[in-house]
Amino acid sequence: MSERVSSRVFDSVNMILLAVFVLLCLAPFFHIIAISFSSNRAVTSGEVTLFPVEFSLQAYQSVFSDSSMIRSLGFTIMLTLLTTVLCMVMTMIAAYPLTKKKLKGRKVFMFIIIVTMFFSGGIIPEYILVKDLNLLNTIWALVLPGLISPFYLIILISFFNGIPESLEEAAEIDGTSQIGTMLRIILPLSLPVIATLSLFYAVGRWNGFQDTLLYITKEELYPLQLKLYQLVQNNMITDLTRNEGPAAGVRATTESLKAASVVFATVPILVVYPWLQRYFVSGVMLGAVKG
Amino acid sequence: MRGTVYLRRYWQLYALLVLPLVYFIIFKYGPMWGVQIAFKDFNFFQGITGSEWIGLDAFREVFQTQDFYKTLRNTLMLNLLDLVVSFPAPLILAIMLHELRIQWFKRLSQTILYIPHFISWVIIGGIVYQVFGTQSGMINNMLMALGFESVPFLTEKNTWLITYLATGVWQSAGWGTILYLAALTGINKELFEAAEVDGAGRFKRIWFITLPGLKTTIVTLLIINLGNMISIGFDRPFVIGNKAVMDYSDVLSTYVYRTGLESGQYTLATVVGLFQAVVGLVFILGANYASKKLTDESII
Repeated sequence: MSERVSSRVFDSVNMILLAVFVLLCLAPFFHIIAISFSSNRAVTSGEVTLFPVEFSLQAYQSVFSDSSMIRSLGFTIMLTLLTTVLCMVMTMIAAYPLTKKKLKGRKVFMFIIIVTMFFSGGIIPEYILVKDLNLLNTIWALVLPGLISPFYLIILISFFNGIPESLEEAAEIDGTSQIGTMLRIILPLSLPVIATLSLFYAVGRWNGFQDTLLYITKEELYPLQLKLYQLVQNNMITDLTRNEGPAAGVRATTESLKAASVVFATVPILVVYPWLQRYFVSGVMLGAVKG
Repeated sequence: MRGTVYLRRYWQLYALLVLPLVYFIIFKYGPMWGVQIAFKDFNFFQGITGSEWIGLDAFREVFQTQDFYKTLRNTLMLNLLDLVVSFPAPLILAIMLHELRIQWFKRLSQTILYIPHFISWVIIGGIVYQVFGTQSGMINNMLMALGFESVPFLTEKNTWLITYLATGVWQSAGWGTILYLAALTGINKELFEAAEVDGAGRFKRIWFITLPGLKTTIVTLLIINLGNMISIGFDRPFVIGNKAVMDYSDVLSTYVYRTGLESGQYTLATVVGLFQAVVGLVFILGANYASKKLTDESII
């Protein structure tokens, strides 16, 4: 009897603790949303915690009327779509031939690819390469260097390997070409893993920051992350250098604006995330199986 | 003759591989070839091949620079602290989730706890600035409301460590549970039932069944973490750090960026990058060796 009671106590405590963790996980989001909807006065005087104080839409009006922000969003969407499509095509056409055991030179190709997982030239030689190819300040600087992730390629190869060979042989006997077999047999059977890897490429590009910082200096080509970084960083500097005094008022004008921009950049991820969650999770497992 | 038959049959496969191989050669092996500028007095005017060889001069210079040792120390320090703080978090969280009886609550918790993983470091930086800010940050608001002094989470290096580490836990703990939860589904349910019949309480069951079931996963992840001790992402220290806490927030990756792209000392920055890549490789191979010895599984 007492066993049961203690087990129930355990369950309740466990659930309460987890609920606390979940709320702690969400609290920063609530805070930033609250700030974005609050008046400047309330924000600077430290009244805003989890709910808006003196509700105001001004910050959002500024964000949406800032044409550079909207352009940056549009550019990032285009960049992400372009990157995802090209990355997936390249990863698929690389993966399929490498599943063929009889392909001469397969081991050499695999070696060439696997080496790049463990050693890279580093960002300076990469920068020099991109500059020498005249890609600086073009969309291609953000697309081409990351076309194939060797990790995702390995995942795709091992997935293709799991498809029964008899299916391919049947197609080949029917006279279907190898490319035809790939398009008509292999790819349709691989839709879940293709969805997962596309998502990883897309999220990686959407969130990617370092290469934008290195390769893009023209404002028209600022992706959202870089744009946001400039905004955050500028404020950070003002906050650090003028910790108190008359500047507080000036800073506050941008405080809720900055929060609104952060929310603006986060919402697209939060909107698609719940629908795609299972693909992400299955992707982690695919990676783990391969090790 | 046989060669032509072979090619006629398989040329399509080779055709598919052409573009990917060109990609790997240009964008992955190109920079590796470019690493030679670590041994050259590189400038853009003369290019990689035209610049003059200087042997190990640049290495000597880097190894005499204090900033190099500082950033190396910081890289190891932040990674080690991260390991101590962020490593146990997903394990504990996964066990708690596993013990949950109410399925909808479990699923809802997972969905929410995974979210921070998908938020970019730039956005997290913006949020951190608002949450930990000295003047109007959420945490300091609450501390002051409770009558405490405000804490300079962003501007004093020792307290900044709290910011850095807490942010890491927030971002990674939820997502990190996935591998543990998957390992937990592999544990035979009958073990738990038998233990219950024998009168083992919940903590005993966790200690004697759940944790042993996770041992391999824990060891493997620990080894991978140790193998990555010298590599550190760029975004997190760069965005969460700032000028006031440079003493701790400046790590190898940000140092490479600073010397190379901000001050234009490409050769020195390449040396640091090369050092990091080589030591990193040694660490990974060492970790793989350890993993084979300890768990019979290789991590690479």
